[in-house]
Amino acid sequence: MGFFKFFGAGRGDTTAQVAKDRLQVLIAHERSGRDGPDYLPMLRQDILDVIKKYVAVDDEALTVQLETQDDCDVLELNITLPEHEVRSQPSEEARRRAALRRHGQVTG
Amino acid sequence: MTKTIVVTSGKGGVGKTTTSASIATGLAKRGYKTVVIDFDVGLRNLDLIMGCERRVVYDLVNLVNQEASLHQTLIKDKRIENLYILPASQTRDKEALTIEGIARVMHKLRKSEFDYIICDSPAGIEKGAKMALYFADEAIVTTNPEVSSVRDSDRILGILQSESKRSKMNEDPVREHLLITRYNPGRVKEGQMLSVDDIVDLLAIPLLGIIPESQSVPESSNAGKPVILDEASEAGQAYSDAIDRLLGETRPHRFMEAQKKGFLKRLFG
Repeated sequence: MGFFKFFGAGRGDTTAQVAKDRLQVLIAHERSGRDGPDYLPMLRQDILDVIKKYVAVDDEALTVQLETQDDCDVLELNITLPEHEVRSQPSEEARRRAALRRHGQVTG
Repeated sequence: MTKTIVVTSGKGGVGKTTTSASIATGLAKRGYKTVVIDFDVGLRNLDLIMGCERRVVYDLVNLVNQEASLHQTLIKDKRIENLYILPASQTRDKEALTIEGIARVMHKLRKSEFDYIICDSPAGIEKGAKMALYFADEAIVTTNPEVSSVRDSDRILGILQSESKRSKMNEDPVREHLLITRYNPGRVKEGQMLSVDDIVDLLAIPLLGIIPESQSVPESSNAGKPVILDEASEAGQAYSDAIDRLLGETRPHRFMEAQKKGFLKRLFG
């Protein structure tokens, strides 16, 4: 497919290419929800709401998959946390703890 | 060993009945004892495509309800030896079918030493379609190069993988085949139609054949003669190739020339 996409630059804006791109997204989405129980989309939304209480994540950041391995069902949650949220801004609590620690080192 | 093949698609009007008629006729022509069953209870049409509409006396529902024997219900094709048609009921609806009832019919057909049972599925994903695919060993997923047909084919693949007897009994999965119908290489070349490669990529199942859009298909329907018997037509030849592949032979895919030219042009032009 990549081969065709690469060489078929002229095809990039044809309606057939638009159709394929749309179907790729749609089919992948429908397949992921196919095998799971009916409550899976609601479970996913609830989990997402809980995560959002603590971290600002996109709706796409969470994937929920139910897989059957041998005799047991495995519920797999995948959450992509935004990197800058985690690293760039230390919280007030972290600043206070750091200040205390440094202070302690100087005096101790 | 009897093999049961369902011809299915999800979407209506893509060529399931045309395909069922031609696949069954092609297998019988090669010497296999074949029956083609119309599961579209209430909207019977296979009889019309096979040209035996005036010979229907009993139907699938009579057989399921044990109101008629297998011998009374099967219509023997007048052109091809070894070919039988099992028509759907026109006066009942799909609720008249049950797994137990169909299981009895399948058992009788196996005992009558049929090599192939071709199940012509109704459109949709309701009871009739699920009954048609339940007993399948193989599935021919009929798809048009068009967005809604591809999406529905993927949906029906999911149902095959979760609701067929093979999946429920944890047996080997149903063998899936993709049959692309109403293919127009010229329009593919112009970028107006999904290509074979696009559809194979999207559905990710092995390609059984490509049936080009052809005037001979509606004309064969008009005459009540499966298009595979029109050996001069491209569609007839494409179905014949598909039969060979179904039987395990290797045949190059034909009738996609304009698409091939388009590919070379894209590479070097």
